This record gives sequence, structure tokens and C-alpha cells, in this order.
Amino acid sequence: MSSSPLVREMIEDATVRDTPPRKRRLGILFWACVGWLILNLLAAILANVLPMKNPFFQDYAVVNASPSLHHLFGTDDLGRDIFSRVVFGSRVSIEVGLGAMFIGFGFGGPLGMLAAYRRGKFDTFLTTFMYIFLAFPAIIATIAVLSFWTPRSLLKIIVVVGIASVPIIYRVIRTATMNIATKDYVIAAKVQGATDRRILVKELLPNVAPIGVSFLLIGVATVITLEGSLAFLGLSVNPPTPSWGNMINESRAILQTNPWLAIFPSVAMCLFLLCLNFIGDRLRSHFDVTEVKL
Amino acid sequence: MLLGIVFVITVGAFYLIHLLPGDPAVVILGTGDSPLNRAKLFAQLGLNKPIYEQYFVWMGNIIHGNLGTSFISQTPVWGTIKSALPIDLELMVISQILAFAAAIPLAMRSAKKPDGWLDRILSAGSFTLLSIPSFIAIVLLVLFVAIDLGVPHTGVSSYVGLSTDWIGNLESLSLPSFVLAVGSFVVYYRVLRSDLIATLQEEYITMARSKGISQRRILWRHALRPSSVALLGTAGVNIGGLLAGGFIVQYLLDIPGLGYTLISAIGLSDYLVVQGIVLVVCVGVILINFFFDFVINIVDPRISRE
Repeated sequence: MSSSPLVREMIEDATVRDTPPRKRRLGILFWACVGWLILNLLAAILANVLPMKNPFFQDYAVVNASPSLHHLFGTDDLGRDIFSRVVFGSRVSIEVGLGAMFIGFGFGGPLGMLAAYRRGKFDTFLTTFMYIFLAFPAIIATIAVLSFWTPRSLLKIIVVVGIASVPIIYRVIRTATMNIATKDYVIAAKVQGATDRRILVKELLPNVAPIGVSFLLIGVATVITLEGSLAFLGLSVNPPTPSWGNMINESRAILQTNPWLAIFPSVAMCLFLLCLNFIGDRLRSHFDVTEVKL
Repeated sequence: MLLGIVFVITVGAFYLIHLLPGDPAVVILGTGDSPLNRAKLFAQLGLNKPIYEQYFVWMGNIIHGNLGTSFISQTPVWGTIKSALPIDLELMVISQILAFAAAIPLAMRSAKKPDGWLDRILSAGSFTLLSIPSFIAIVLLVLFVAIDLGVPHTGVSSYVGLSTDWIGNLESLSLPSFVLAVGSFVVYYRVLRSDLIATLQEEYITMARSKGISQRRILWRHALRPSSVALLGTAGVNIGGLLAGGFIVQYLLDIPGLGYTLISAIGLSDYLVVQGIVLVVCVGVILINFFFDFVINIVDPRISRE
């Protein structure tokens, strides 16, 4: 988790705010990225319904074919349609990304907010604990646990990556909450005798949420990259299930005879990651502006 | 704090095997192995003793420089690590020199005219590069560049040791160091650029300008040092991350460094080697961060005075 440079920039930004204010509008590129992400999501959800070739069907008459009208992205070494495998492959990435972040935010989010709001011993203990865990390279722990924990399944990958992401999410959410918990309106609510629950849900949550969302997007991108790395080590979902990482890995053996098998999933993955990172980054600076204006 | 972290890491590395469901011996050897081997492993790992006692025995051995003997290859774990580590260090030095050599001047050019055409191109380019995972970069570079140029890109045989032939060594490391350098460059460029832009708005820079000091001298002598705190902090985390996360580059290009050794050890269930490398990498990451904290204090003495 901690290996993403954007994550690091977020932490720095959450701590010191000295970035120059940016434009207020999100821009057309932002909405283009949102559109592309929605298109990808829809394709992944509706993959079974859409008129596409079976991603597992092996047609030995057209092995390693170049892109044509019949096979939009060509076929792989077993005669399977690359286009439908890229679409079906996006499911694994999206599932791992969202699933792991669901676990990470499920634990890290509430704990981070509580710790920042309550402070005291609870905060000291939890923060020390999380910082120590951050020092342990999450990626190595993930690989080690996944390789010894057999048989492998998508759920196990999600659980392991999700748990590994808890400390960093805790850290970001805690820092963000601390900045807000000292604001006048929170103190005003406290003085008025609002319950802790009300302050957390009505005052803090709406203000932490934007930072959380932009971090979530960058987090999903980081997890998808991690899943790709795992696929290269043979630690992702088992073949013949397509995933972008699996496909790129399989392409390595026949790189020169069939470059399409490497190019299409690579482009699909990079575009998806670029959109996630861009939206996350743009949202972050967008909300930063309101911070500066306050 | 530091001691606490080291303690947790040793416990973590030690416990890796106990974290998993099932009998450790079966996990290591697989279900098909003979009871004799299993008994041997039990004795070697001291699995018949209580867990806290196992930990202290293991720690005692480590303090004496003994990481155990691999159960698969029957060679000392420390020897394996010692032969792989220099490759990591060399990769790191080359890629970091390249990354800094590119990031510092380019960040200055960008910061001189923020939102100028050069800044726009570099910012957009660096953001795009940021989203390309290293494994994709390698596959595409091999496909479009390495094959055509004849740069070594695959097979253990393509790696040449530094002592045998240094030109061949540099050639075999060119692709991995390039990929790692680009990854680091993107991060350094972005951090330094935004800090330089903020620094250039300080009053003492205006003062220096009004005295007629050249732009070049202002950037290098007045702006770079106060702007490099975040850069150094990021570099510390990034280099630590390379040690732990650069494995995929090594694995794909068959560079027998620590990461490559770790992955193959995991594949073979060579548990003691995995344990040893995890420990060395974790301690290395901590030392690197410690070193950079120290350098940051020299670059900006205000930090330690606070």
C-alpha cells in the first residue's frame, strides 16, 4: 500500500497545506475520466449479457490472430478472443480494488476518526500500533501470506490486501479528522452539548468524506497495481480465469509472435489506473481550495 | 519507538509461518513429504518447544549472525543474502543517480515558469508515467525497445557480475535501472516542483532578485536547499520501497538480487530464506529512513530545533 507515490503526497498534503490554490472547476478531462470509469464498470457488470464471445472458448482455427472485425483485439495463443478476455478480466481488478478498500476503510476509517476525535490513551496506543505495522513492508507480507495460504481464491486475496491497507487508511483518515476536529464549528457543537455520535456523524464525517473519497480512488488504483504484480508471481486468481495481470503475464512467453496479447490488457489497465489517479488527484486539490478559502 | 518497531518486525518475520492455518512443517514441506523430514524440520526450527522460547533461540542465533541453513538448498541463509545484496545496492545507486540527475534540473525549469508549456508537458507526462505499473513498463519496453536494440532483457544468463565484466554488468542492468529510475524520477520531480514553486514566492527570494542575483544562482543556492526537505523525506520512503517493492522488476528481468531470491524462495517454500530476507529488508528500510531523517536535519536545522 505505502508504495504509491500519490498516497505519500496525500499524507504530506494532509499534514502541511502550502500548495498554491488551483482552479475551481473540475475541467473536461475530469469528466472524461469519470465517463471512462463508468463505461468500464458497466462493461464489467454486464459482461455476461453483452453480445460478446465466450472468454474461455478456444478456437484453434484462429490462434494468435491480429485484430480484425471478427476479433476486435485479436486472439491469444489458445484462440481465445482477447477483447472479451480484457472485459471479463476487468472484473478481477475491480473486485479486488473495491473489496480490499471496503475492508480497509471499514476498519481504518472509523478507527481513524474515533482516535482523532477522542485523543488520549486510546489514540496513542492505536497510532503507535499502526505506525509499527506500517514499518513492516506490506507487500512482502502479502506475498508471503498468499503463497503459503493455499488453495488461493479471490476472496483470500481481497482479505489479505484489505487488512494490509488498514494502517495507511487509518493514518490518512486520522490526520484529516484531526485537522477538522479543532475547527470552531466542531467546538461550537460540543459546547452546545451535542452527543459524540452526532458530532462524529453530522460534523466530522461530511468533512472527512471528500478526503476519504479521493484517497479511496487512489487506493483502488494502488490495489489494482498490486493485484497485477501478484498475477506475475502466479499469486492471483488461477487460470483460465482472465485478469489483466494474468493476461500480460501469459503474453510474456509469446511476446514476439503475438504482441497484441500484451498491448491490449496493458493499455486497458493503464487507462483505468490513470483515470482513477487523475480523478483522485483532481478531487484532492479541488477540496484543498475550499480549505484554503475557509 | 525504534526498538518497538524492530521488535515487532522480528516477531512478524518469525511468526509469518505461524500466522497461517495448519501445521508449519506441513506448510513448509508440503503434504507429500516424509515424516523423517518433518521431524528434522521440527528439530531445526525447534518447533517442539514453546513459542516464546523458539523466538528467543531464533533471536539469539541472529545476534550471532546465524540466520539458519536453508532446508531446500542446504546452504547458510546468510551466504545467500550476502551474494544477492550487492546487486540490489548497485541497482539502487544507479537508478537513484539517474532519477535525481533528471528530477532536479527539470523541476527547476518547471518551477521557473509554472503553467508554462514545459511545465504543462512535464506535469502531464509525469502524471501519466505515475499510472503505469512497473511490470507493464517492462513488458512494453522489452517489446518495443529492448528486442530491437539488443539490450539484455531476459534469462539468468544475461546477468553479468560486476567483477567479471563491468561493461557487460552495466548493460545487463540498464533496463531494470531505467525502469526504477523513471519510477523514482516521477515522484521526485513532482515533490520538488511543488516545493520550489512555494519557496520561490518567499520574501527572501524577492530580496535576492532585487539585488540582481542571477536566476540560476537563486535556484541552486537559495531555493533548492529549503525546498529539498520533502524531497529527501520522499526519497527515504521511496528507496525503502525499492528495497521491498523492486522485486517485480528483478523477477521479470531475472536479476538475482534480494527480491528475485525472495520470490524464488517463496516459490520453493524455502521458509528460512524468506524469513531471513524479510528481516534484512525490514531492517534495511528502517536504517534508510533513519539515515534520511539525519540528512534532513543537516539540510534544515530548524527541524531538530523545534
